[in-house]
Amino acid sequence: MTVDTETAQARTQKLEGLGTKRKRVEDARFTQGKGNYVDDIKLPGMLFGDFVRSPYGHARIKSINKDAALKVPGVKAVLTAADLKPLKLHYMPTLAGDVQAVLADEKVLFQGQEVAFVVAEDRYSAADAVDLVEVEYQELPALVDPTKAMAPGAPELRDDLKGKTSGAHGPRKHHNHIFTWETGDAAATDKALKSAQVVAKEYIVYQRVHPCPLETCGCVASMDKINGHLTVWGTFQAPHAVRTVASLISGIPEHKIRIISPDIGGGFGNKVGVYPGYICSIVASIVTGVPVKWIEDRMENLQATAFARDYHMTGEIAATKDGRITGLRCHVLADHGAFDACADPTKYPAGFFNICTGSYDIPAAHVTVDGVYTNKAPGGVAYRCSFRVTEASYFIERMVDVLARKLNMDPAELRRKNFIRKEQFPYTSALGWEYDSGDYHTALDKALKAVDYPGLRSEQKRNREAFARGETRKLMGIGVSFFTEIVGAGPIKNCDILGLGMFDSCEIRVHPTGSAIARLGTISQGQGHATTFAQILATEIGIPASNITVEEGDTDTAPYGLGTYGSRSTPVAGAATAMAGRKIRAKAQMIAAYLLEVHDDDLEWDIDRFRVKGAPERFKTMAEIAFSAYNKVPPGMEPGLEAVSYYDPPNMTYPFGAYVCVVDVDVDTGITEVRRFYALDDCGTRINPMIIEGQVHGGLTEALAIAMGQEMAYDELGNLKNASLLDFFLPTAVETPAWETDYTTTPSPHHPIGAKGVGESPNVGGVSAFSNAVNDAFAHAGLTHTQMPHDHWRVWKTAERLKLTAAA
Amino acid sequence: MSKMHLKLKVNNRDVETLTEPRTLLIHVLREQLGLTGPHIGCDTSHCGACTVDMNGRSVKSCTVLAAQADGATLLTIEGMASPDGTLHALQESFRTHHGLQCGFCTPGMITRAYRLLQENPNPTEAEIRFGISGNLCRCTGYQNIVKAIRAAADTLASVKEAAE
Amino acid sequence: MIPASFEYHRPRSVQEALALLATHGDGARVVAGGHSLVPMMKLRMARPDHLVDLQELAELRQIRSETGYLVIGAMTTQHELIGSELLAAKCPILRETSLLIADPQVRYCGTLGGNVANGDPGNDMPAVMMVLAASYRIAGAGGERQVAARDFYRGTFATALQEGEILTEIRIPVLAAGHGYAYEKQKRKVGDYATAAAAVVLSRTGGKCTAASVALTNVADTPLFAADAGAALVGTALDAKAIAQAVRLAQKIARPSPDGRGPADFRTHVAGVMVRRAIERAAGRAA
Repeated sequence: MTVDTETAQARTQKLEGLGTKRKRVEDARFTQGKGNYVDDIKLPGMLFGDFVRSPYGHARIKSINKDAALKVPGVKAVLTAADLKPLKLHYMPTLAGDVQAVLADEKVLFQGQEVAFVVAEDRYSAADAVDLVEVEYQELPALVDPTKAMAPGAPELRDDLKGKTSGAHGPRKHHNHIFTWETGDAAATDKALKSAQVVAKEYIVYQRVHPCPLETCGCVASMDKINGHLTVWGTFQAPHAVRTVASLISGIPEHKIRIISPDIGGGFGNKVGVYPGYICSIVASIVTGVPVKWIEDRMENLQATAFARDYHMTGEIAATKDGRITGLRCHVLADHGAFDACADPTKYPAGFFNICTGSYDIPAAHVTVDGVYTNKAPGGVAYRCSFRVTEASYFIERMVDVLARKLNMDPAELRRKNFIRKEQFPYTSALGWEYDSGDYHTALDKALKAVDYPGLRSEQKRNREAFARGETRKLMGIGVSFFTEIVGAGPIKNCDILGLGMFDSCEIRVHPTGSAIARLGTISQGQGHATTFAQILATEIGIPASNITVEEGDTDTAPYGLGTYGSRSTPVAGAATAMAGRKIRAKAQMIAAYLLEVHDDDLEWDIDRFRVKGAPERFKTMAEIAFSAYNKVPPGMEPGLEAVSYYDPPNMTYPFGAYVCVVDVDVDTGITEVRRFYALDDCGTRINPMIIEGQVHGGLTEALAIAMGQEMAYDELGNLKNASLLDFFLPTAVETPAWETDYTTTPSPHHPIGAKGVGESPNVGGVSAFSNAVNDAFAHAGLTHTQMPHDHWRVWKTAERLKLTAAA
Repeated sequence: MSKMHLKLKVNNRDVETLTEPRTLLIHVLREQLGLTGPHIGCDTSHCGACTVDMNGRSVKSCTVLAAQADGATLLTIEGMASPDGTLHALQESFRTHHGLQCGFCTPGMITRAYRLLQENPNPTEAEIRFGISGNLCRCTGYQNIVKAIRAAADTLASVKEAAE
Repeated sequence: MIPASFEYHRPRSVQEALALLATHGDGARVVAGGHSLVPMMKLRMARPDHLVDLQELAELRQIRSETGYLVIGAMTTQHELIGSELLAAKCPILRETSLLIADPQVRYCGTLGGNVANGDPGNDMPAVMMVLAASYRIAGAGGERQVAARDFYRGTFATALQEGEILTEIRIPVLAAGHGYAYEKQKRKVGDYATAAAAVVLSRTGGKCTAASVALTNVADTPLFAADAGAALVGTALDAKAIAQAVRLAQKIARPSPDGRGPADFRTHVAGVMVRRAIERAAGRAA
């Protein structure tokens, strides 16, 4: 028997399990420049693909002349729709039940649309040839406003859908209409609004933005013609789904396709979709027999792959005079661009927008969403949020503030009054979601106390008096937001993508010497899965995290999973990891019992071992058990120590948080300075506080960008006016304030370890906190709502409208 | 177009390569010399992911033509550790303080921070933020990067003090 | 984004550079730091056949004091302007302005000559050169000439610089001791061009303003010298009324285009705010 002198505390520490601030195992390679991103991949004979793209928002293609391009030394091929048609690859299915042109077929529908694919020996000759492909266009009137797109006489955008009166999500009521999605009780909501003592109404636009990860999208496709195997390395947030889609599109059997996501330089939803670049690279590799690489440049990334938001929301909220919310109605005009390529679970064409009753106990609610085609890029991805959840959260958090103005109530007080109470969980909302757990009052109270909310309000009062006296030109604004997310898609009963249930998976192999490898169906894009999933497992199976390798992203080795987006990794794959770990532990218990010659039930788990109840000096460590698993197992038991879990969660998880933002708005310049930002997050059980804090910092910074300056600005012709990082607002370290973080812990009752997911919360809660703060700065002057982004000129225009500006 | 014979000193090693004058320095490093640490993020000199040290200055190598760099002395993230493999204080500090997530901006960020600390060994938080304002990060919100650089400055100062 | 091909030249002297320009005519472009030209080449909005790189011209990379003038070589980088003790003492507005240009990496490469010669109305130094009454020394095949900054700018990317010429030096008349100065720039973020910016240099004796110059950045297709605004300050106590009048006169000449920074009325308004703040700060600094 092993002599053991280590204390329980020392053994726990050695595991670096749940709750520890474990340093990241990924960092060694990244800090030494040894990451392996897709553009780092270099294969023998590899060619390079580059697109000819439409300069117009809407135009008919009259002719394409490749002759000059084909004469450029090094150019191997120039593919157009005409080349793909015989293969039936000129259109591809989208995740939303529509089709998208791989290469433009007679018409271009958005600026930057793929028209031809040049394949050359290197990126320089490819670029030269792109320049020489002559495309003759006939410009057509462009539609960039979804309201105008739905006007009776609006130009018809999609020739390929001519005459189709229904689509994947039901009837189409106009030639540019995609779907109507409706949920909730229309009659009850109507009644609540009609009988209400107070109704507040507002038109709220969440502008089109872009996830804009620092690494753009790209891939390397390599067709091995001899054995018929296709390997594709790429920026894929869902590699297994890509394999299935690639097989369905190409006809190559799925077992002969291998998809590998190498290191990914940020995703944020941008890398969920399947893009024409992937298809063209695969086709080009099949045609040429050599690997083909395609990497977007930044302009292409902003113009063509995966926008987010563009929700035009009309809301009505009903309440009693003393501030009890009685009903909520929302209609959304959703601009999906030229093709419906939203990445949503099949049954949810508007994602989980119906989480829009937020953190409040609202008895009646009704939502309708109309999806519309325009001459803008397709996408509609969940940019650092679960599907359409940031739109929903922004909507309700603005509406509550709008109502507070109308009731002349403090917005924090109005929230407290309407919160779902702790004892109401699990709580079923009027729009049908079952919230798993929450303690909203405790969280908000902690936040308000931390920032001295009453003190801030008195300071604001003094600031407004000083402003009125002409002593300052700055107005103080205080934004409170209280969000509830719905993440971790999701139960197969609700959620699938292309018919694939949204479970996730983990497979564990414990090696004889007591170390292990875990493989998952997800893929990290910076979240640190290799660090945190090892922590979950360390606590479950008592093997130090440093002895556990976590692998993801290779479809030949990892179990099938639906990937990483919508904060689903921890709720779903994290659960699968715990469950697989528990299978390992169950088998380990039987082996330990056999070795210790006691009954299974006589053993208890103790950090990293099984010990005999009442005789703690008799134990077998996990390392000892692992070795025995390979040479001395109970009679009739299979050797080895491996397990796999495919986890179908019983419910989503519902992280929440209370954010407070304090700003100072200079009415002369329109510049808003963030003086203070306090973020309290409750993501259930906390796996690694260091990583949680990092996720919150990052999400808040993305929220800052969206609220304060980001917008994909199209002109009337459909030109994207800010397709570079000069004009598309990404804040630097100078514009980014220091963030304060805090937490409460309300575990999820249905998740094996109680974790809920956190990566997207700060983006969801952050945007409304910033926007509420800017709106609040002008509340005393009569403002109820002003649209984002709150950039300098819009803020100044608001001040001007409220007659707060002065001559320069 | 004619190619040129490009001579560089990269990470203390003399290298020569044949290239078109128009080739961007980032492509020379990544594709001809196999130094894939620096990355391309924006193509327009705004994000700093391609930052390398050239003749003692931080430059964005996606906006430097190979021809312009002829004869230059370069330091990339791959040359940041000591020849014996000991990591630079910044490399250690970024890990210790969680100054990175996806890692894509990290080589440029560390290379830039290296030059910043050469010029200002004891920067304030505001000076660090200003000093790295040519490098965008989409993951971290900069807070832990700032912390990491400040901590590395302390480490370097104590190493220097010990040596004196 | 990949530039088109070109032939590269790295002359060792201004004479050699001029000869190259003369030989290759309008197919040739001069490159200094490259941070305006190279992005344009990558977008293929500029496609020179011959690129004449001035980096070896040490003669253009110096900051010196001459009788009555500060002389700055065109190849002096913004980073060098920031670090110059001579300029910190004699012409501190250059440091203040340089720190507001682009970002650290770009400032290591970006040159004063490039900034003033390229004719981009978004560049910050031209307005500063106007308030400093600087002149540019220009070398050409036919010899040298000088053009005042105030006469140099003709339109967007259009200047008095002619084909085959190189701007070699910036000459700044020595400033009065105790002058006040300020460059105020509003921008969306580090690295951005100005929504509007204003440069002010003024002097004061016995409470009265004795000289004042005002110029504006990025509110027209050229930098603007606001002569009337400056004149309106001279002889006043730089009181609120005088400043308001100068602001109005400066705003009167602003002709900004609407862009992502805001509509024209906002940018004109901001120009006024920048002028007011620059005057106030300069007045506070004047001895």
